[in-house]
Amino acid sequence: MIDTSLFQLVCFYAFAAVTVVAALSVITLRNSVHAVLALVLTFFSTACIWMLAEAEFLAIALIVVYVGAVMVLFLFVVMMLDIDQEKIREGFVKYLPVGLVVAVVMLVEMLGLIGVRVMHAQTMGENPATAAGMSNTAWLGMALYSQYLLPFEIAALILTVGVIAAVALTLRQRTGARKQHASEQVAVRAKDRVRIIKMAAERPVETPPAAPVQESKP
Amino acid sequence: MSRVTNYFKSLLLIELLKGMALTLRYMFLPKYTMRYPMEHIPKSNRFRGLHALRRYANGEERCIACKLCEAVCPALAITIDSAPRASDGQRRTTRYDIDLFKCIYCGFCEESCPVDSIVETHIHEYHFEHRGENVVTKPQLLAIGDRFEADIAAARAQDAAYR
Amino acid sequence: MGDQLIHQLLLPLLYTICVVLPLVIAVALYVWWERKVIGWMHVRMGPNKVGPFGLLQAFADVVKLLVKEVILPTNANKALYYLAPLIGLVPALAAWAVIPFSDKAVLSNANAGLLYLLAMTSLGVYGIILAGWSSNSRYALLGAMRSAAQVISYELAMGLCLVCVLVLAGSLNLTDIVHAQAGNKGLFDWFWLPLLPVFVVYFISGVAETNRAPFDVAEGESEIVAGFHVEYSGSAFALFFLAEYANMILVAFLASILFCGGWLSPFPASVPVLGAANPVWLAIKVFVFATLFLWFRATFPRYRYDQIMRLGWKVFIPIGIVWVLVAGCMKYYGWVHVGTGG
Repeated sequence: MIDTSLFQLVCFYAFAAVTVVAALSVITLRNSVHAVLALVLTFFSTACIWMLAEAEFLAIALIVVYVGAVMVLFLFVVMMLDIDQEKIREGFVKYLPVGLVVAVVMLVEMLGLIGVRVMHAQTMGENPATAAGMSNTAWLGMALYSQYLLPFEIAALILTVGVIAAVALTLRQRTGARKQHASEQVAVRAKDRVRIIKMAAERPVETPPAAPVQESKP
Repeated sequence: MSRVTNYFKSLLLIELLKGMALTLRYMFLPKYTMRYPMEHIPKSNRFRGLHALRRYANGEERCIACKLCEAVCPALAITIDSAPRASDGQRRTTRYDIDLFKCIYCGFCEESCPVDSIVETHIHEYHFEHRGENVVTKPQLLAIGDRFEADIAAARAQDAAYR
Repeated sequence: MGDQLIHQLLLPLLYTICVVLPLVIAVALYVWWERKVIGWMHVRMGPNKVGPFGLLQAFADVVKLLVKEVILPTNANKALYYLAPLIGLVPALAAWAVIPFSDKAVLSNANAGLLYLLAMTSLGVYGIILAGWSSNSRYALLGAMRSAAQVISYELAMGLCLVCVLVLAGSLNLTDIVHAQAGNKGLFDWFWLPLLPVFVVYFISGVAETNRAPFDVAEGESEIVAGFHVEYSGSAFALFFLAEYANMILVAFLASILFCGGWLSPFPASVPVLGAANPVWLAIKVFVFATLFLWFRATFPRYRYDQIMRLGWKVFIPIGIVWVLVAGCMKYYGWVHVGTGG
């Protein structure tokens, strides 16, 4: 029997399994490019899960922003790196105990947190978008631009500051570098550079020959 | 001021539109394409194609084995051996090979020939299917000459005034 | 049960085939048309031997490509090398899911259709990068880098243009966007008029996004042979080719739908017959835009790489940002007629 909810459940488990496997392979794969691709797959299947939860805007934003832009740059960097596998694996055994301790502590903390949350758990509220009778994206837009306008604007401002700071950090005026200014090149007109001289093809014999006209450089 | 007007003009993409208008005009011009196997471009009478050795009208081969062509050939494509002919003791070639892979079709052999024997014909559509076929021998060259003598003679006659 | 199976699995599959198969054939014809048009503009004839007017040339080429060997370069990353063309092709085909061909004919009338399109077009770059990297070739890697940087930059400009459209239309649904352009003035109700600069920017960004001339530095044959797909041959190359042309047709479709009223008639509704909305209008518009791609290619010399970046970041994105504000004002003060249609 193909039931819609059953189908959704199957899809959810499939996507979730892919996500978990991909996330695991991010940290286990030897080849760093493969690891980045596994991370892309993780993002992608996470987006699919969000899509199942009818959070279409978030899902697509995840793909556009993370998969489409951030991970591409990531992939770039990783491709350009010349990673020596041997060197990386050198200290594996030495740091294993420390790593294990950190991992166990984190695990315990997370389990504790989940436990506390479970005790406080309450059933999820109704999907406000469906309650308001509009699409997820429209509802999100409404909420962001009315109820959460101030935090939203502040976030935007912080991001802008980040962009400007990044540009300012990398911008350097090098002296002595030869550089083309496209707008100046485009603005040049023929009359600025070429002087057209009209002169008789033959010169009368009487006049003494004048100094040769200098050829203008093209 | 002109810079400002130029800037706004550039936003109108006038140059780009001009370029596109040009290509659009060319799109409707008559096409230059020659549908090759069906149509041919007329050849000059000085066209330099496959070589041939000519004969006189009485059937005597023209070549006297002077080896001027061999000497002048810049690509060293011509190889000539010579010996007195058995019948009358005249100096004739025993071997006249042209390696068509080496030949650059410069026409020097033709010009150097004192008896108009080696010529380049109008034939330019030929091919080889086996290794070694690129070297054309004396009998082959003579056969080509025999077969296209009329064309060769006509082309030569047209050009006679300039030689 | 059988009924449900048909409705949930088989019918969508059938519809998908109904979109993909004509798309593939359209790509073949588009390749033929490209060679013809560019030939004419070069005062040549273009392909004219295979079939009537050379129409079967593209199909002959496809057969040739399919039977050729796919060569694996030395030390190439085998799995990624074979995967890359597929990764490039899948988003190019997946994007067609939300393209409406008429009022009713659309695979998925998703509410966030425009966002989905943005997501799909941004995924296409992976095929290019992976192809370039896994080929183990300098040319391919250089081409991939150029291409990826270019695609990411122009995606921003394109996104801003799309924002202008959806500000005016007030919807992310492509069908609704077309309906928003309906009105009594025909041609002059469409969004190209209030959004003229953005329309131009969008189309040029579309050309850059699909790595077409004059923005085809990714495969600049005079510098890096053929860019990211230099090592690919046979059917793997055919897949890249298919993806590129499917993307071009997609951009043509989007330009028609977002800015030129989709299937709406350019004549006012009062004109009999011609005034009626019809998918044929969409086909005509798409044909015009698709031909523009070829016209550009025949006309303009290739941009230098840094100039492409300059154009994207210093010209198109500022224009886009400014026009988002202008579009907001237009919408707020009601300067633009926005139809409801439906």
